[in-house]
Amino acid sequence: MRLELGYVLINDVQFGEVTKIEKGVLFVNKSELINLIKEDEHLKSVDVEIARPGESVRITPVKDVIEPRVKLEGEGGIFPGVLSKVQTVGSGKTNVLKGCAVVTTGKIVGFQEGIIDMTGPGADYTPFSKLNNVVLVCEPIDGLKQHDHERAIRFAGLKATQYLAEAAIDIEADTVEVYETLPLLQGINAYPDLPKVAYVLMLQSQGLMHDTYVYGVDAKQIVPTVLYPTELMDGAIISGNCVSACDKNTTYHHLNNPVIHDLFKQHGKEINFVGVIITNENVYLADKERSSDWAAKIAEFMGLDGVIVSQEGFGNPDTDLIMNCKKIEAKGIKTVIITDEYAGRDGASQSLADADKAADAVVTGGNANEVIVLPPMDKVIGTLDYSDIIAGGFDGSLSKDGTITVEIQAITGATNEMGFNKMSVTGF
Amino acid sequence: MAKYRVVHYINQFFAGIGGEEKAGHRPEVREKIVGPGLALNAGFKGEAEIVATVVCGDSYFNENLEEAKKEILGMVKKYNPDLFVAGPAFNAGRYGVACGTIADAVQSELGIPSISGMYIENPGADMFKSKTYIISTRDSAAGMRDAVAKLVPLALKLVKKEPIGSPEEEGYLERGIRKNYFAEQRGSERAVDMLINKLKGEEFTTEYPMPNFDRVEPNSAIKVLNEATIALVTSGGIVPKGNPDHIEASSASKYGKYDIEGIEDLTEDTFETAHGGYDPVYANKDADRVLPVDVLRDLEKEGKIGKLHRYYYATVGNGTSVANAKSYAAEFSKELKQDGVDAVILTST
Repeated sequence: MRLELGYVLINDVQFGEVTKIEKGVLFVNKSELINLIKEDEHLKSVDVEIARPGESVRITPVKDVIEPRVKLEGEGGIFPGVLSKVQTVGSGKTNVLKGCAVVTTGKIVGFQEGIIDMTGPGADYTPFSKLNNVVLVCEPIDGLKQHDHERAIRFAGLKATQYLAEAAIDIEADTVEVYETLPLLQGINAYPDLPKVAYVLMLQSQGLMHDTYVYGVDAKQIVPTVLYPTELMDGAIISGNCVSACDKNTTYHHLNNPVIHDLFKQHGKEINFVGVIITNENVYLADKERSSDWAAKIAEFMGLDGVIVSQEGFGNPDTDLIMNCKKIEAKGIKTVIITDEYAGRDGASQSLADADKAADAVVTGGNANEVIVLPPMDKVIGTLDYSDIIAGGFDGSLSKDGTITVEIQAITGATNEMGFNKMSVTGF
Repeated sequence: MAKYRVVHYINQFFAGIGGEEKAGHRPEVREKIVGPGLALNAGFKGEAEIVATVVCGDSYFNENLEEAKKEILGMVKKYNPDLFVAGPAFNAGRYGVACGTIADAVQSELGIPSISGMYIENPGADMFKSKTYIISTRDSAAGMRDAVAKLVPLALKLVKKEPIGSPEEEGYLERGIRKNYFAEQRGSERAVDMLINKLKGEEFTTEYPMPNFDRVEPNSAIKVLNEATIALVTSGGIVPKGNPDHIEASSASKYGKYDIEGIEDLTEDTFETAHGGYDPVYANKDADRVLPVDVLRDLEKEGKIGKLHRYYYATVGNGTSVANAKSYAAEFSKELKQDGVDAVILTST
């Protein structure tokens, strides 16, 4: 399967008469976009704002971040099984609006998640402070049930992304990258002397605000299976979760999965990257056993020499992570795991809820309990009403002047477990 | 400028009194530099000076722990030092435990910066490395020069309250304090490099060495259930509606104790969850799903259990550090025992 990704570089986003891309600027017809999103009868009000890198803007609570992409050639469309028909994606040509994203915000359940600061100390912790963000502020109709509300906001983000991405259909990409993965046996024969490596991608599937969708299927309902890496680049997997925003994979992360990109960089040189195994993180023990058994079984069946496992979330999923690692290592397959830590605000506590000596190669995205002071911003998109009760916040987190003292846990993507960021932890 | 005052602690062997046969030697203080103190004092190059040396036998210290500690603390206090150095103990196990104990005590009880030195496998190292700085030394006194070279600069930094670098930079044993930093490469790239090294059989360094995992043995079973008082404890965040104690959705900094006398059933109007780590819809609709008060009331009526304890304890497990969780449980377990509770049903989520 071969996919050509055309990067259309976006340096700025502005409101304009017509939605279009011109010389690196994305112009957005605000009322047209609002009317499109408001078609959903579950939404009472919709507003659109723009937040650019370096501006004194705080976006919170953030639900999802999505990169606009549009399919030019090849089977299917972006977000198959959700916005497009459920055809297999990942081949042909796709244009990407690089440098911008759609961010969704609004009250969802009891606990509101995710802060993106576009400047100041908090901006260093989230990759989304470097993007030109089109922010959707959506309020639900009165009495809407939480599950329906969550779905409405999720679709609003996807639809807005699709709308913006269509502006790139006739635009020539600034740079083009090609990614190709062969069917397994051919792939193995292509580099017979290199170690065969796959990526085990764990998907959050613990319930409302803790869900992920694969071709439109709730990941709670899947059993581990294999994907071509390029399927993810066309939106095969989307996020439905954001609680404890620091280590939840937004849809942006799935589209730009850093493990996939970095494995491709070494493909044909040091390793033979043969594919992606996806698995879930259900809460029932039987599900955990089944999924980790199957992930290990598929790794063995593919004849792998090594895998990288990435986790999503913490606590309960720590057990899934360690089960995966233990069982895959037991098959004689070398394993590296990526996680993050909850070592307490003082960093002195045990970092994970589970441990095993087989997990001897660990990459960490940071201690999520570390506290940060986020100074007030000139403008808040969304609301600060929930700062005291977001995961990572505490009584008194929000000061009168708008300063927020929180654990970095509250910052969207801060300790990402796909290894999207540079942060790590060292022992003192 | 006045020199910093140092009190040095050594055992009977390093004081030249004798080996195992003299290990019962009682604590004594000498107002001079003794044995390894010579190398240490020379290392300070005039910036600090050993004003007294405390000598104690290893057996005496370990067999009379509290008494020896008290005696030695009194001796140290008298000299009003700026710094306390214990050892180095190298690989001598009981000496290491003594050095760790006394360095920790001087630091925590007298507020005087303390430091020791040990071989990494010394049992005292594991016991005390999180409490006091311990320089990593070789396994015998042949490593004294190396030890002094690392110990002196770190000791002076402690006295001057200067920032302390990483274990690699300063040469101390890692204390288990996790601190964030921005690495050169992103995490995924580090993972790919680590995997390539692992596949080649080359050296790689894990970023999180696995801890010794704490497993709790279950208590023995209750013999007479129909007379037992059963309490409910949960990390599922069930709290009276409105979360009166403001228990955090994640990384809880506290727990709550709530009266359920006369309550037969938890309803949507009276209880809810404060937990941010799971879908709260079902727990908010019926909190008995997490904290089974209704079922225990039934068992009470049926005479299957003696009674349900009047109070339940709740915190939020989500992202709450193990150290905090342990301290909450240590506190309320005492109350549960005092209140005559025979057994606890601990529910998670």
